[in-house]
Amino acid sequence: MSGSEPFFAGEGITLRFGGVTALRDVAFSVSKGTVHAMIGPNGAGKTSLFNVITGLYEPDAGAIRFSGKSLTGLPPHAVAQSGIVRTFQNLEIFTNMSVLENVVTGAHLSVKYGPLDFFLRTPRYFREERRLREEARAELSFVGLDADVSLPAAQLPFGSQRMLEIARALAAHPRLLLLDEPAAGLNIRETSALGELIRRIVARGVTVVMVEHDMALVMDISDRVTVLNYGEVLADGTPAEVQRNPAVVAAYLGEEA
Amino acid sequence: MSSNRGKGSAAGLAAFAAIIAAAPFLLPDYYQSVLIVAGLFAILSMGLNLLMGYAGQISLGHAAFYGLSAYASGILTTTFHWPVPAGIAAGVVLSGVTAALIGIPTLKLKGHYLAMGTLGFGVIVYIVFNEAVGLTAGPSGLTGIPRLSAFGKTFSTDREYYFVVWGTAFVLFVLARNLVRSRMGRALRAIHTSESAASVLGIDVARYKAFVFVLSAVYAGIAGALYAHFVTFVSPGSFSFHASIQIVTMVVLGGMASLWGAVAGAVFLTVLPEWLRAIEDYDILVYGAILVLTMRFLPGGLAEGAERARGTLVSAFRRKSPASAAAASGAEGRKP
Ligand SMILES: Nc1ncnc2c1ncn2[C@@H]1O[C@H](COP(=O)(O)OP(=O)(O)O)[C@@H](O)[C@H]1O
Ligand SMILES: [Mg+2]
Repeated sequence: MSGSEPFFAGEGITLRFGGVTALRDVAFSVSKGTVHAMIGPNGAGKTSLFNVITGLYEPDAGAIRFSGKSLTGLPPHAVAQSGIVRTFQNLEIFTNMSVLENVVTGAHLSVKYGPLDFFLRTPRYFREERRLREEARAELSFVGLDADVSLPAAQLPFGSQRMLEIARALAAHPRLLLLDEPAAGLNIRETSALGELIRRIVARGVTVVMVEHDMALVMDISDRVTVLNYGEVLADGTPAEVQRNPAVVAAYLGEEA
Repeated sequence: MSSNRGKGSAAGLAAFAAIIAAAPFLLPDYYQSVLIVAGLFAILSMGLNLLMGYAGQISLGHAAFYGLSAYASGILTTTFHWPVPAGIAAGVVLSGVTAALIGIPTLKLKGHYLAMGTLGFGVIVYIVFNEAVGLTAGPSGLTGIPRLSAFGKTFSTDREYYFVVWGTAFVLFVLARNLVRSRMGRALRAIHTSESAASVLGIDVARYKAFVFVLSAVYAGIAGALYAHFVTFVSPGSFSFHASIQIVTMVVLGGMASLWGAVAGAVFLTVLPEWLRAIEDYDILVYGAILVLTMRFLPGGLAEGAERARGTLVSAFRRKSPASAAAASGAEGRKP
Protein backbone atom coordinates (compact mmCIF):
# COMPACT_ATOMS: atom_id res chain seq x y z
CA MET A 1 0.00 0.00 0.00
CA SER A 2 3.11 2.24 0.23
CA GLY A 3 2.79 5.60 -1.53
CA SER A 4 -0.89 5.18 -2.28
CA GLU A 5 -3.85 6.41 -0.25
CA PRO A 6 -4.35 4.60 3.09
CA PHE A 7 -7.10 1.99 3.36
CA PHE A 8 -8.88 4.04 5.97
CA ALA A 9 -8.22 7.62 7.06
CA GLY A 10 -9.89 10.08 9.38
CA GLU A 11 -8.83 13.72 9.12
CA GLY A 12 -9.53 16.65 11.40
CA ILE A 13 -12.47 14.98 13.10
CA THR A 14 -14.05 17.30 15.65
CA LEU A 15 -17.17 16.50 17.65
CA ARG A 16 -18.82 18.66 20.29
CA PHE A 17 -21.66 17.98 22.71
CA GLY A 18 -22.77 21.42 23.78
CA GLY A 19 -19.76 22.74 25.65
CA VAL A 20 -17.90 19.42 25.75
CA THR A 21 -15.46 18.72 22.95
CA ALA A 22 -15.41 14.95 22.71
CA LEU A 23 -13.06 14.89 19.71
CA ARG A 24 -10.68 17.63 18.60
CA ASP A 25 -9.01 17.50 15.20
CA VAL A 26 -8.49 13.74 15.34
CA ALA A 27 -6.51 12.23 12.48
CA PHE A 28 -5.38 8.65 12.04
CA SER A 29 -5.01 6.14 9.28
CA VAL A 30 -5.22 2.38 9.06
CA SER A 31 -3.40 0.09 6.65
CA LYS A 32 -5.14 -2.80 5.04
CA GLY A 33 -4.81 -6.15 6.75
CA THR A 34 -3.62 -4.80 10.08
CA VAL A 35 -4.90 -4.66 13.64
CA HIS A 36 -5.03 -1.06 14.75
CA ALA A 37 -5.61 -0.41 18.45
CA MET A 38 -7.21 2.73 19.81
CA ILE A 39 -6.37 3.27 23.45
CA GLY A 40 -6.87 5.99 26.01
CA PRO A 41 -8.49 6.62 29.40
CA ASN A 42 -12.24 6.46 29.91
CA GLY A 43 -13.93 9.46 28.38
CA ALA A 44 -11.09 10.02 25.91
CA GLY A 45 -13.52 9.86 23.00
CA LYS A 46 -12.84 6.39 21.60
CA THR A 47 -16.47 5.30 21.39
CA SER A 48 -17.43 8.72 20.05
CA LEU A 49 -14.87 8.24 17.30
CA PHE A 50 -16.45 4.89 16.38
CA ASN A 51 -19.84 6.58 16.39
CA VAL A 52 -18.59 9.23 13.99
CA ILE A 53 -16.98 6.67 11.69
CA THR A 54 -20.14 4.55 11.54
CA GLY A 55 -22.37 7.56 10.91
CA LEU A 56 -24.23 7.41 14.23
CA TYR A 57 -22.82 10.83 15.17
CA GLU A 58 -22.37 13.65 12.72
CA PRO A 59 -19.01 15.35 13.33
CA ASP A 60 -18.78 19.14 13.53
CA ALA A 61 -15.77 18.98 11.24
CA GLY A 62 -13.56 16.44 9.56
CA ALA A 63 -13.46 13.93 6.77
CA ILE A 64 -13.42 10.16 6.57
CA ARG A 65 -12.06 8.25 3.62
CA PHE A 66 -12.33 4.54 3.17
CA SER A 67 -11.02 2.49 0.30
CA GLY A 68 -10.82 5.47 -2.02
CA LYS A 69 -14.24 6.89 -1.19
CA SER A 70 -15.44 9.64 1.11
CA LEU A 71 -17.76 8.49 3.89
CA THR A 72 -18.25 11.91 5.38
CA GLY A 73 -21.91 12.58 6.15
CA LEU A 74 -23.16 9.14 5.13
CA PRO A 75 -25.92 7.57 7.26
CA PRO A 76 -24.99 4.41 9.24
CA HIS A 77 -26.57 1.94 6.83
CA ALA A 78 -24.60 3.43 3.93
CA VAL A 79 -21.37 3.20 5.93
CA ALA A 80 -22.14 -0.48 6.53
CA GLN A 81 -22.79 -0.90 2.82
CA SER A 82 -19.33 0.44 2.11
CA GLY A 83 -17.88 -2.38 4.21
CA ILE A 84 -17.41 -0.98 7.73
CA VAL A 85 -19.18 -2.87 10.54
CA ARG A 86 -18.79 -2.56 14.29
CA THR A 87 -19.56 -4.05 17.67
CA PHE A 88 -20.65 -2.08 20.73
CA GLN A 89 -18.96 -1.52 24.07
CA ASN A 90 -22.31 -1.88 25.82
CA LEU A 91 -23.68 -4.94 24.08
CA GLU A 92 -26.45 -4.26 21.60
CA ILE A 93 -27.57 -7.77 20.77
CA PHE A 94 -31.11 -8.27 19.56
CA THR A 95 -32.71 -9.61 22.71
CA ASN A 96 -35.98 -10.42 20.92
CA MET A 97 -34.26 -12.99 18.71
CA SER A 98 -32.52 -16.33 18.98
CA VAL A 99 -28.75 -16.64 18.79
CA LEU A 100 -28.96 -17.78 15.18
CA GLU A 101 -31.41 -15.05 14.14
CA ASN A 102 -29.03 -12.41 15.51
CA VAL A 103 -26.32 -13.60 13.17
CA VAL A 104 -28.68 -14.05 10.22
CA THR A 105 -29.79 -10.44 10.77
CA GLY A 106 -26.13 -9.47 10.54
CA ALA A 107 -26.13 -10.81 6.98
CA HIS A 108 -28.91 -8.35 6.04
CA LEU A 109 -26.94 -6.75 3.20
CA SER A 110 -26.01 -10.01 1.55
CA VAL A 111 -29.59 -11.25 1.13
CA LYS A 112 -30.34 -11.68 -2.54
CA TYR A 113 -34.11 -11.69 -2.65
CA GLY A 114 -36.70 -8.98 -2.92
CA PRO A 115 -40.17 -8.42 -1.46
CA LEU A 116 -41.87 -10.51 -4.13
CA ASP A 117 -39.64 -13.47 -3.29
CA PHE A 118 -40.50 -13.46 0.39
CA PHE A 119 -44.15 -12.47 0.07
CA LEU A 120 -44.73 -15.27 -2.43
CA ARG A 121 -42.05 -17.62 -1.05
CA THR A 122 -40.27 -18.33 -4.29
CA PRO A 123 -37.55 -21.01 -4.49
CA ARG A 124 -35.01 -18.20 -4.30
CA TYR A 125 -36.41 -17.21 -0.88
CA PHE A 126 -35.94 -20.73 0.50
CA ARG A 127 -32.51 -21.10 -1.09
CA GLU A 128 -31.30 -17.81 0.38
CA GLU A 129 -32.73 -18.49 3.84
CA ARG A 130 -30.98 -21.85 3.88
CA ARG A 131 -27.71 -20.23 2.83
CA LEU A 132 -28.11 -17.50 5.47
CA ARG A 133 -28.64 -20.02 8.24
CA GLU A 134 -25.72 -22.15 7.13
CA GLU A 135 -23.43 -19.13 6.98
CA ALA A 136 -24.66 -17.92 10.36
CA ARG A 137 -23.89 -21.32 11.87
CA ALA A 138 -20.44 -21.16 10.32
CA GLU A 139 -19.81 -17.70 11.81
CA LEU A 140 -20.98 -18.90 15.22
CA SER A 141 -18.56 -21.79 15.21
CA PHE A 142 -15.84 -19.48 13.83
CA VAL A 143 -16.12 -17.34 16.98
CA GLY A 144 -16.33 -20.48 19.11
CA LEU A 145 -19.99 -20.24 20.05
CA ASP A 146 -21.26 -23.77 19.99
CA ALA A 147 -24.21 -23.25 22.33
CA ASP A 148 -27.74 -24.09 21.28
CA VAL A 149 -28.30 -21.62 18.44
CA SER A 150 -32.08 -21.60 18.89
CA LEU A 151 -31.69 -20.24 22.44
CA PRO A 152 -32.96 -16.70 23.03
CA ALA A 153 -29.86 -14.53 22.66
CA ALA A 154 -30.50 -12.83 25.99
CA GLN A 155 -29.98 -16.15 27.78
CA LEU A 156 -26.33 -16.43 26.72
CA PRO A 157 -23.70 -15.67 29.35
CA PHE A 158 -22.04 -12.28 29.00
CA GLY A 159 -18.84 -13.51 27.38
CA SER A 160 -20.82 -15.45 24.79
CA GLN A 161 -22.91 -12.37 24.03
CA ARG A 162 -19.68 -10.54 23.16
CA MET A 163 -18.76 -13.36 20.77
CA LEU A 164 -22.28 -13.28 19.35
CA GLU A 165 -21.87 -9.61 18.50
CA ILE A 166 -18.63 -10.38 16.69
CA ALA A 167 -20.26 -13.24 14.77
CA ARG A 168 -23.14 -10.95 13.82
CA ALA A 169 -20.71 -8.32 12.56
CA LEU A 170 -18.72 -10.91 10.60
CA ALA A 171 -21.92 -12.12 8.94
CA ALA A 172 -22.11 -8.68 7.32
CA HIS A 173 -18.86 -9.47 5.48
CA PRO A 174 -17.01 -6.33 6.63
CA ARG A 175 -13.76 -5.20 5.08
CA LEU A 176 -13.10 -3.06 8.14
CA LEU A 177 -14.29 -4.31 11.53
CA LEU A 178 -14.47 -1.93 14.50
CA LEU A 179 -14.44 -3.65 17.91
CA ASP A 180 -15.31 -1.47 20.90
CA GLU A 181 -13.70 -2.97 24.03
CA PRO A 182 -14.19 -6.59 22.95
CA ALA A 183 -12.35 -7.92 26.02
CA ALA A 184 -14.33 -5.93 28.60
CA GLY A 185 -15.94 -8.34 31.03
CA LEU A 186 -14.11 -11.39 29.67
CA ASN A 187 -12.04 -13.67 31.90
CA ILE A 188 -8.38 -14.49 31.14
CA ARG A 189 -9.18 -17.61 29.17
CA GLU A 190 -11.85 -15.83 27.11
CA THR A 191 -9.49 -12.91 26.50
CA SER A 192 -6.76 -15.11 25.11
CA ALA A 193 -9.31 -16.85 22.89
CA LEU A 194 -10.36 -13.38 21.72
CA GLY A 195 -6.78 -12.49 20.77
CA GLU A 196 -6.55 -15.66 18.75
CA LEU A 197 -9.97 -14.96 17.17
CA ILE A 198 -8.90 -11.48 16.08
CA ARG A 199 -5.85 -12.99 14.39
CA ARG A 200 -8.09 -15.40 12.49
CA ILE A 201 -10.37 -12.53 11.50
CA VAL A 202 -7.40 -10.66 10.05
CA ALA A 203 -6.33 -13.84 8.29
CA ARG A 204 -9.70 -13.76 6.51
CA GLY A 205 -8.66 -10.45 4.97
CA VAL A 206 -10.57 -8.22 7.37
CA THR A 207 -8.84 -5.13 8.75
CA VAL A 208 -9.52 -4.55 12.46
CA VAL A 209 -9.65 -1.37 14.52
CA MET A 210 -10.09 -2.13 18.18
CA VAL A 211 -10.70 0.02 21.22
CA GLU A 212 -9.21 -1.85 24.16
CA HIS A 213 -8.04 -1.36 27.72
CA ASP A 214 -6.33 -4.72 28.10
CA MET A 215 -2.73 -3.67 27.44
CA ALA A 216 -1.41 -7.21 27.19
CA LEU A 217 -3.91 -7.94 24.44
CA VAL A 218 -3.19 -4.63 22.69
CA MET A 219 0.56 -5.10 22.75
CA ASP A 220 0.23 -8.71 21.68
CA ILE A 221 -1.92 -8.39 18.57
CA SER A 222 -1.74 -4.79 17.34
CA ASP A 223 0.33 -3.62 14.41
CA ARG A 224 -0.27 0.00 15.27
CA VAL A 225 -1.63 1.95 18.21
CA THR A 226 -3.28 5.36 18.38
CA VAL A 227 -3.57 6.97 21.81
CA LEU A 228 -6.46 9.31 22.47
CA ASN A 229 -6.54 11.63 25.47
CA TYR A 230 -9.20 14.24 26.15
CA GLY A 231 -10.44 13.88 22.59
CA GLU A 232 -7.04 14.47 21.01
CA VAL A 233 -4.46 12.18 19.46
CA LEU A 234 -1.63 11.97 21.95
CA ALA A 235 0.56 9.48 20.15
CA ASP A 236 0.53 7.12 17.22
CA GLY A 237 2.96 4.35 16.33
CA THR A 238 3.90 0.72 16.77
CA PRO A 239 3.11 -0.81 20.17
CA ALA A 240 6.77 -0.53 21.15
CA GLU A 241 6.99 3.13 20.12
CA VAL A 242 3.84 4.04 21.97
CA GLN A 243 4.96 2.22 25.10
CA ARG A 244 8.18 4.25 25.11
CA ASN A 245 6.46 7.59 24.46
CA PRO A 246 6.88 9.71 27.63
CA ALA A 247 3.64 11.61 27.08
CA VAL A 248 1.73 8.34 26.89
CA VAL A 249 3.43 6.95 29.94
CA ALA A 250 2.53 10.09 31.86
CA ALA A 251 -1.02 10.44 30.65
CA TYR A 252 -2.17 6.88 30.45
CA LEU A 253 0.10 3.94 31.00
CA GLY A 254 1.56 5.55 34.10
CA GLU A 255 -1.73 5.97 35.85
CA GLU A 256 -2.93 2.53 34.84
CA ALA A 257 0.12 0.73 36.20
CA MET B 1 -35.56 -26.68 13.99
CA SER B 2 -36.44 -24.63 10.93
CA SER B 3 -38.05 -27.47 9.01
CA ASN B 4 -40.03 -28.43 12.09
CA ARG B 5 -41.24 -24.89 12.39
CA GLY B 6 -42.07 -24.89 8.67
CA LYS B 7 -44.23 -27.99 9.06
CA GLY B 8 -45.76 -26.65 12.26
CA SER B 9 -46.74 -23.42 10.59
CA ALA B 10 -48.22 -25.17 7.55
CA ALA B 11 -50.34 -27.26 9.92
CA GLY B 12 -51.30 -24.08 11.77
CA LEU B 13 -52.38 -22.42 8.54
CA ALA B 14 -54.39 -25.45 7.51
CA ALA B 15 -56.14 -25.45 10.88
CA PHE B 16 -56.80 -21.73 10.55
CA ALA B 17 -58.32 -22.25 7.08
CA ALA B 18 -60.45 -25.12 8.39
CA ILE B 19 -61.77 -23.05 11.29
CA ILE B 20 -62.59 -20.18 8.94
CA ALA B 21 -64.41 -22.56 6.59
CA ALA B 22 -66.37 -24.32 9.33
CA ALA B 23 -67.28 -21.48 11.68
CA PRO B 24 -70.33 -20.10 9.83
CA PHE B 25 -71.86 -23.58 9.65
CA LEU B 26 -71.29 -24.32 13.31
CA LEU B 27 -72.48 -21.04 14.80
CA PRO B 28 -75.97 -19.51 14.87
CA ASP B 29 -76.64 -17.12 11.97
CA TYR B 30 -76.60 -14.18 14.32
CA TYR B 31 -72.87 -14.66 14.81
CA GLN B 32 -72.07 -14.20 11.16
CA SER B 33 -72.21 -10.44 11.30
CA VAL B 34 -70.22 -10.45 14.53
CA LEU B 35 -67.59 -12.64 12.92
CA ILE B 36 -67.45 -10.37 9.87
CA VAL B 37 -66.65 -7.45 12.15
CA ALA B 38 -64.14 -9.63 14.00
CA GLY B 39 -62.48 -10.42 10.65
CA LEU B 40 -62.20 -6.71 9.84
CA PHE B 41 -60.59 -6.08 13.22
CA ALA B 42 -58.29 -9.06 12.69
CA ILE B 43 -57.03 -7.38 9.50
CA LEU B 44 -56.59 -4.10 11.38
CA SER B 45 -54.76 -5.79 14.26
CA MET B 46 -52.45 -7.77 12.00
CA GLY B 47 -51.40 -4.58 10.24
CA LEU B 48 -50.95 -2.68 13.48
CA ASN B 49 -49.03 -5.60 14.98
CA LEU B 50 -46.51 -5.49 12.14
CA LEU B 51 -45.92 -1.86 13.06
CA MET B 52 -46.19 -2.06 16.87
CA GLY B 53 -45.36 -5.60 17.83
CA TYR B 54 -42.59 -6.23 15.34
CA ALA B 55 -41.07 -2.82 14.58
CA GLY B 56 -41.92 -1.23 17.95
CA GLN B 57 -43.51 1.90 16.43
CA ILE B 58 -46.75 3.13 17.93
CA SER B 59 -49.73 4.44 15.99
CA LEU B 60 -52.52 5.99 18.03
CA GLY B 61 -54.54 6.97 15.00
CA HIS B 62 -55.01 3.77 13.10
CA ALA B 63 -58.76 4.19 12.96
CA ALA B 64 -58.15 7.21 10.73
CA PHE B 65 -56.64 5.01 7.99
CA TYR B 66 -59.52 2.61 8.46
CA GLY B 67 -61.98 5.50 8.12
CA LEU B 68 -60.26 7.26 5.21
CA SER B 69 -60.59 4.19 3.07
CA ALA B 70 -64.15 3.47 4.24
CA TYR B 71 -65.26 7.01 3.41
CA ALA B 72 -63.29 7.21 0.16
CA SER B 73 -64.71 4.00 -1.18
CA GLY B 74 -68.16 4.87 0.17
CA ILE B 75 -68.21 8.31 -1.44
CA LEU B 76 -66.73 7.19 -4.76
CA THR B 77 -69.20 4.34 -5.18
CA THR B 78 -72.22 6.25 -3.88
CA THR B 79 -71.84 9.88 -4.95
CA PHE B 80 -69.69 9.21 -8.00
CA HIS B 81 -71.05 5.78 -8.94
CA TRP B 82 -67.68 4.07 -9.27
CA PRO B 83 -67.73 0.29 -9.41
CA VAL B 84 -67.13 -1.10 -5.92
CA PRO B 85 -63.75 -2.78 -6.62
CA ALA B 86 -62.42 0.52 -8.02
CA GLY B 87 -63.70 2.35 -4.94
CA ILE B 88 -61.99 -0.17 -2.65
CA ALA B 89 -58.73 0.13 -4.56
CA ALA B 90 -58.88 3.93 -4.36
CA GLY B 91 -59.63 3.80 -0.63
CA VAL B 92 -56.70 1.49 0.07
CA VAL B 93 -54.36 3.64 -2.02
CA LEU B 94 -55.55 6.77 -0.20
CA SER B 95 -54.78 5.20 3.19
CA GLY B 96 -51.35 4.07 2.05
CA VAL B 97 -50.39 7.37 0.42
CA THR B 98 -51.58 9.35 3.44
CA ALA B 99 -49.49 7.13 5.71
CA ALA B 100 -46.46 7.75 3.51
CA LEU B 101 -47.00 11.51 3.73
CA ILE B 102 -47.17 11.33 7.54
CA GLY B 103 -44.65 8.57 8.10
CA ILE B 104 -41.73 9.60 5.93
CA PRO B 105 -41.05 12.92 7.69
CA THR B 106 -42.00 11.74 11.22
CA LEU B 107 -40.11 8.46 11.16
CA LYS B 108 -36.84 10.17 10.29
CA LEU B 109 -36.92 11.63 13.80
CA LYS B 110 -35.94 9.58 16.82
CA GLY B 111 -38.47 9.22 19.62
CA HIS B 112 -42.22 9.03 19.87
CA TYR B 113 -43.08 11.41 17.06
CA LEU B 114 -45.08 8.79 15.24
CA ALA B 115 -47.33 8.22 18.25
CA MET B 116 -47.90 11.96 18.59
CA GLY B 117 -48.25 12.52 14.86
CA THR B 118 -50.79 9.74 14.40
CA LEU B 119 -52.71 10.86 17.49
CA GLY B 120 -53.08 14.36 16.04
CA PHE B 121 -53.81 13.00 12.60
CA GLY B 122 -56.56 10.77 13.95
CA VAL B 123 -58.23 13.69 15.67
CA ILE B 124 -58.04 15.85 12.55
CA VAL B 125 -59.46 13.15 10.30
CA TYR B 126 -62.30 12.62 12.74
CA ILE B 127 -63.10 16.34 12.65
CA VAL B 128 -63.02 16.32 8.84
CA PHE B 129 -65.46 13.38 8.73
CA ASN B 130 -67.82 15.44 10.90
CA GLU B 131 -67.37 18.83 9.27
CA ALA B 132 -66.97 18.14 5.53
CA VAL B 133 -70.72 17.66 5.35
CA GLY B 134 -70.90 18.14 1.58
CA LEU B 135 -68.67 15.16 1.03
CA THR B 136 -69.19 12.93 4.07
CA ALA B 137 -72.75 13.87 5.09
CA GLY B 138 -71.31 14.87 8.48
CA PRO B 139 -72.23 13.40 11.86
CA SER B 140 -75.36 11.70 10.56
CA GLY B 141 -73.27 9.53 8.26
CA LEU B 142 -73.11 8.50 4.64
CA THR B 143 -75.92 6.16 3.65
CA GLY B 144 -76.78 4.03 0.65
CA ILE B 145 -73.32 2.61 0.06
CA PRO B 146 -73.62 -0.36 -2.30
CA ARG B 147 -72.78 -3.88 -1.16
CA LEU B 148 -69.65 -5.41 -2.62
CA SER B 149 -70.08 -6.70 -6.12
CA ALA B 150 -67.31 -7.99 -8.33
CA PHE B 151 -67.08 -10.18 -11.42
CA GLY B 152 -70.82 -9.77 -11.91
CA LYS B 153 -71.58 -11.17 -8.46
CA THR B 154 -73.03 -9.24 -5.54
CA PHE B 155 -72.09 -10.51 -2.12
CA SER B 156 -75.41 -9.83 -0.53
CA THR B 157 -75.73 -12.43 2.23
CA ASP B 158 -73.75 -12.33 5.45
CA ARG B 159 -72.40 -15.79 4.77
CA GLU B 160 -70.99 -14.72 1.41
CA TYR B 161 -69.53 -11.60 2.95
CA TYR B 162 -68.06 -13.63 5.79
CA PHE B 163 -66.03 -15.61 3.28
CA VAL B 164 -64.91 -12.44 1.49
CA VAL B 165 -63.68 -10.89 4.75
CA TRP B 166 -62.08 -13.98 6.28
CA GLY B 167 -60.66 -15.07 2.91
CA THR B 168 -58.99 -11.66 2.71
CA ALA B 169 -57.87 -11.93 6.33
CA PHE B 170 -56.35 -15.33 5.61
CA VAL B 171 -54.40 -14.06 2.60
CA LEU B 172 -53.21 -11.02 4.56
CA PHE B 173 -52.21 -13.30 7.42
CA VAL B 174 -50.08 -15.45 5.13
CA LEU B 175 -48.45 -12.39 3.56
CA ALA B 176 -47.70 -10.90 6.98
CA ARG B 177 -46.29 -14.21 8.19
CA ASN B 178 -44.09 -14.42 5.10
CA LEU B 179 -42.86 -10.91 5.73
CA VAL B 180 -42.13 -11.62 9.37
CA ARG B 181 -39.98 -14.62 8.47
CA SER B 182 -37.88 -12.76 5.97
CA ARG B 183 -35.02 -10.33 5.82
CA MET B 184 -37.56 -7.55 6.33
CA GLY B 185 -39.12 -9.16 9.40
CA ARG B 186 -35.72 -9.55 10.99
CA ALA B 187 -34.91 -5.93 10.16
CA LEU B 188 -38.12 -4.77 11.84
CA ARG B 189 -37.42 -6.77 14.99
CA ALA B 190 -33.85 -5.49 15.01
CA ILE B 191 -35.15 -1.92 14.82
CA HIS B 192 -37.45 -2.71 17.75
CA THR B 193 -34.54 -3.58 20.07
CA SER B 194 -31.71 -1.37 18.84
CA GLU B 195 -31.91 1.13 16.03
CA SER B 196 -28.17 1.75 16.34
CA ALA B 197 -27.25 -1.91 16.03
CA ALA B 198 -29.70 -2.35 13.15
CA SER B 199 -28.37 0.64 11.25
CA VAL B 200 -24.69 -0.25 11.55
CA LEU B 201 -25.51 -3.66 10.04
CA GLY B 202 -26.80 -1.89 6.94
CA ILE B 203 -30.50 -1.72 7.78
CA ASP B 204 -32.01 1.51 6.50
CA VAL B 205 -34.03 2.19 9.64
CA ALA B 206 -36.07 5.16 8.41
CA ARG B 207 -37.01 3.38 5.20
CA TYR B 208 -38.13 0.18 6.91
CA LYS B 209 -40.14 2.08 9.49
CA ALA B 210 -41.86 4.09 6.78
CA PHE B 211 -42.55 0.95 4.76
CA VAL B 212 -44.13 -0.97 7.63
CA PHE B 213 -46.17 2.06 8.62
CA VAL B 214 -47.55 2.35 5.10
CA LEU B 215 -48.18 -1.39 5.00
CA SER B 216 -50.10 -1.25 8.28
CA ALA B 217 -52.17 1.62 6.88
CA VAL B 218 -52.86 -0.46 3.76
CA TYR B 219 -54.15 -3.28 5.97
CA ALA B 220 -56.34 -0.72 7.75
CA GLY B 221 -57.50 0.59 4.38
CA ILE B 222 -58.51 -2.87 3.19
CA ALA B 223 -60.50 -3.40 6.39
CA GLY B 224 -62.12 0.04 6.06
CA ALA B 225 -63.31 -0.43 2.50
CA LEU B 226 -64.65 -3.91 3.27
CA TYR B 227 -66.44 -2.41 6.27
CA ALA B 228 -68.13 0.30 4.18
CA HIS B 229 -69.47 -2.19 1.66
CA PHE B 230 -70.68 -4.49 4.40
CA VAL B 231 -72.67 -2.14 6.62
CA THR B 232 -73.52 0.14 3.63
CA PHE B 233 -73.37 3.09 5.99
CA VAL B 234 -70.44 4.95 7.52
CA SER B 235 -70.44 7.58 10.23
CA PRO B 236 -67.57 9.32 12.05
CA GLY B 237 -68.15 7.46 15.33
CA SER B 238 -66.65 4.23 13.98
CA PHE B 239 -63.31 5.95 13.35
CA SER B 240 -62.77 7.96 16.50
CA PHE B 241 -59.88 7.88 18.97
CA HIS B 242 -61.87 5.15 20.78
CA ALA B 243 -61.56 2.92 17.76
CA SER B 244 -57.81 3.52 17.54
CA ILE B 245 -57.41 2.53 21.18
CA GLN B 246 -59.57 -0.50 20.58
CA ILE B 247 -57.19 -1.73 17.86
CA VAL B 248 -54.15 -1.06 20.05
CA THR B 249 -55.82 -3.06 22.83
CA MET B 250 -56.44 -5.98 20.48
CA VAL B 251 -52.76 -6.03 19.54
CA VAL B 252 -51.53 -5.82 23.13
CA LEU B 253 -54.05 -8.33 24.46
CA GLY B 254 -53.36 -10.74 21.61
CA GLY B 255 -49.62 -10.49 22.02
CA MET B 256 -47.03 -8.18 20.57
CA ALA B 257 -45.10 -9.68 17.68
CA SER B 258 -47.57 -12.52 17.24
CA LEU B 259 -49.86 -12.65 14.22
CA TRP B 260 -51.93 -15.41 15.79
CA GLY B 261 -52.26 -13.17 18.81
CA ALA B 262 -53.50 -10.30 16.65
CA VAL B 263 -56.28 -12.48 15.26
CA ALA B 264 -57.13 -13.89 18.70
CA GLY B 265 -57.17 -10.42 20.30
CA ALA B 266 -59.44 -9.08 17.57
CA VAL B 267 -61.89 -11.96 17.74
CA PHE B 268 -61.93 -11.96 21.54
CA LEU B 269 -62.53 -8.23 21.89
CA THR B 270 -65.19 -8.23 19.18
CA VAL B 271 -67.13 -11.18 20.55
CA LEU B 272 -66.78 -10.31 24.24
CA PRO B 273 -68.81 -7.06 24.16
CA GLU B 274 -71.55 -8.97 22.35
CA TRP B 275 -71.82 -11.08 25.47
CA LEU B 276 -71.35 -8.19 27.84
CA ARG B 277 -73.77 -5.61 26.51
CA ALA B 278 -73.50 -3.91 29.86
CA ILE B 279 -69.99 -2.63 29.24
CA GLU B 280 -70.99 -0.74 26.12
CA ASP B 281 -70.95 2.67 27.77
CA TYR B 282 -67.70 2.07 29.58
CA ASP B 283 -65.81 0.43 26.74
CA ILE B 284 -62.88 2.86 26.84
CA LEU B 285 -62.43 2.09 30.54
CA VAL B 286 -62.60 -1.62 29.88
CA TYR B 287 -60.02 -1.32 27.10
CA GLY B 288 -57.76 0.70 29.37
CA ALA B 289 -58.07 -1.91 32.10
CA ILE B 290 -57.36 -4.73 29.65
CA LEU B 291 -54.27 -2.87 28.37
CA VAL B 292 -52.87 -2.32 31.85
CA LEU B 293 -53.68 -5.81 33.11
CA THR B 294 -52.20 -7.49 30.03
CA MET B 295 -49.01 -5.49 30.21
CA ARG B 296 -48.70 -6.21 33.92
CA PHE B 297 -49.61 -9.89 34.06
CA LEU B 298 -49.27 -11.29 30.56
CA PRO B 299 -46.82 -9.12 28.63
CA GLY B 300 -46.83 -11.62 25.76
CA GLY B 301 -50.62 -11.44 25.54
CA LEU B 302 -52.97 -14.29 24.64
CA ALA B 303 -50.26 -15.76 22.40
CA GLU B 304 -47.97 -16.17 25.41
CA GLY B 305 -50.84 -17.48 27.52
CA ALA B 306 -51.57 -20.13 24.91
CA GLU B 307 -47.89 -21.04 24.70
CA ARG B 308 -47.72 -21.40 28.49
CA ALA B 309 -50.89 -23.47 28.58
CA ARG B 310 -49.51 -25.70 25.84
CA GLY B 311 -46.25 -26.10 27.76
CA THR B 312 -48.14 -27.03 30.93
CA LEU B 313 -50.35 -29.50 29.07
CA VAL B 314 -47.42 -31.08 27.26
CA SER B 315 -45.42 -31.58 30.45
CA ALA B 316 -48.47 -32.85 32.35
CA PHE B 317 -49.11 -35.33 29.55
CA ARG B 318 -45.48 -36.42 29.51
CA ARG B 319 -45.40 -36.95 33.24
CA LYS B 320 -48.31 -39.37 32.91
CA SER B 321 -46.82 -41.25 30.00
CA PRO B 322 -43.74 -43.23 31.10
CA ALA B 323 -42.56 -43.78 27.53
CA SER B 324 -41.70 -40.12 27.15
CA ALA B 325 -40.54 -39.51 30.71
CA ALA B 326 -37.01 -39.04 29.43
CA ALA B 327 -38.14 -36.30 27.05
CA ALA B 328 -40.01 -34.53 29.84
CA SER B 329 -36.84 -34.29 31.87
CA GLY B 330 -35.30 -32.21 29.04
CA ALA B 331 -35.49 -28.46 29.15
CA GLU B 332 -38.18 -28.20 26.50
CA GLY B 333 -41.27 -28.41 28.65
CA ARG B 334 -39.92 -25.91 31.14
CA LYS B 335 -39.86 -22.85 28.97
CA PRO B 336 -40.42 -19.81 31.17
N1 LIG C 1 -24.36 11.26 23.38
C1 LIG C 1 -23.53 12.02 24.14
N2 LIG C 1 -24.00 13.16 24.69
C2 LIG C 1 -23.18 13.93 25.46
N3 LIG C 1 -21.91 13.66 25.72
C3 LIG C 1 -21.39 12.53 25.21
C4 LIG C 1 -22.18 11.64 24.39
N4 LIG C 1 -21.41 10.60 24.00
C5 LIG C 1 -20.19 10.83 24.57
N5 LIG C 1 -20.18 11.97 25.28
C6 LIG C 1 -19.02 12.53 25.99
O1 LIG C 1 -17.92 12.50 25.14
C7 LIG C 1 -16.75 12.15 25.88
C8 LIG C 1 -16.12 10.93 25.27
O2 LIG C 1 -16.91 9.79 25.59
P1 LIG C 1 -16.65 8.36 24.93
O3 LIG C 1 -16.47 8.55 23.47
O4 LIG C 1 -17.69 7.46 25.36
O5 LIG C 1 -15.25 7.98 25.59
P2 LIG C 1 -14.51 6.58 25.66
O6 LIG C 1 -15.19 5.63 24.76
O7 LIG C 1 -13.12 6.90 25.22
O8 LIG C 1 -14.54 6.15 27.08
C9 LIG C 1 -17.17 11.98 27.32
O9 LIG C 1 -16.93 13.19 27.98
C10 LIG C 1 -18.65 11.71 27.21
O10 LIG C 1 -19.30 12.14 28.36
MG1 LIG D 1 -16.06 3.81 25.17
